[in-house]
Amino acid sequence: MPSDRIPPEKALGVDIRRSELKRARGLGSARHGSGAWIAERVTAIALVPLTLWFIASVISLEGTTRAGMIAWLHAPVPLVLILCLIIATFWHMELGLRVVVEDYVQNDAIRIAMLLVQRGVCIVAALLCIVAALRLGL
Amino acid sequence: MKDVRDALMVARRSDGKLVNRPLSPHLQVYRWPISMALSISHRVTGVGLSVGALLMVWWLVAAAASDSAFATVQDFLGSGFGVFLLLCWTAALLLHFFQGIRHLVWDTGRGFSAQAQQEPVRPGFENRTYRITGWLVIAATVVATLIVWIVGLLVW
Repeated sequence: MPSDRIPPEKALGVDIRRSELKRARGLGSARHGSGAWIAERVTAIALVPLTLWFIASVISLEGTTRAGMIAWLHAPVPLVLILCLIIATFWHMELGLRVVVEDYVQNDAIRIAMLLVQRGVCIVAALLCIVAALRLGL
Repeated sequence: MKDVRDALMVARRSDGKLVNRPLSPHLQVYRWPISMALSISHRVTGVGLSVGALLMVWWLVAAAASDSAFATVQDFLGSGFGVFLLLCWTAALLLHFFQGIRHLVWDTGRGFSAQAQQEPVRPGFENRTYRITGWLVIAATVVATLIVWIVGLLVW
């Protein structure tokens, strides 16, 4: 391999994480960070009213039976609100857990595995909640 | 050297030997200002609430599944351990909630003032904006948790 094809940081023994294309363009990272940052804020704003509504709903549902849950979600507004809550909660949760894992897990293999698992768990949990809510409400 | 930043960590001792500079933060020597405690508690409650979200999954899925499955969840949530979990969940949710609002305000660039809000500064308490809002978050969490549980127990 001719020496001019070795990236300068590799020649210095430094490992900078970027794809070959990005290295060629000299643009640094994958440049998707701001999207996740904005999504975390947007879901946070959505969760402010939704959380208050959910706490009030849980209090009003204390000691309820399955019939009470069906009656609660049978009205369109609570059903739509809980679907919004489910989506915003698990989306926000995925973004938050991702940051924690990325910050504290240094081993590449373990970090990637944990990110895949936590994303999978968030998606499955959200789908379980959505299907359950729709089954109760529809 | 794995990372270009490592180059900045190398220093020469007085005897000429190359050593790594000590790393900050030294968690064991810091006192814990309110900002630091709330910062890590935001993450801890966030991870805790993620586990708590699985309780919501169980609750909704059991309700969709059968009468007996839902009765099992309701019995668990009404038990001593269930009530304890719900109390922790409420407090963690409200701390994350109020701290999250503080973060959203920070995202607009406000609330970082290092200027004292009152002169003279009282000894032992710095009247800085981020300290005052930090204590407000804790006060709001305690008050809101009490309100939720007083109302909740009255309804029960």
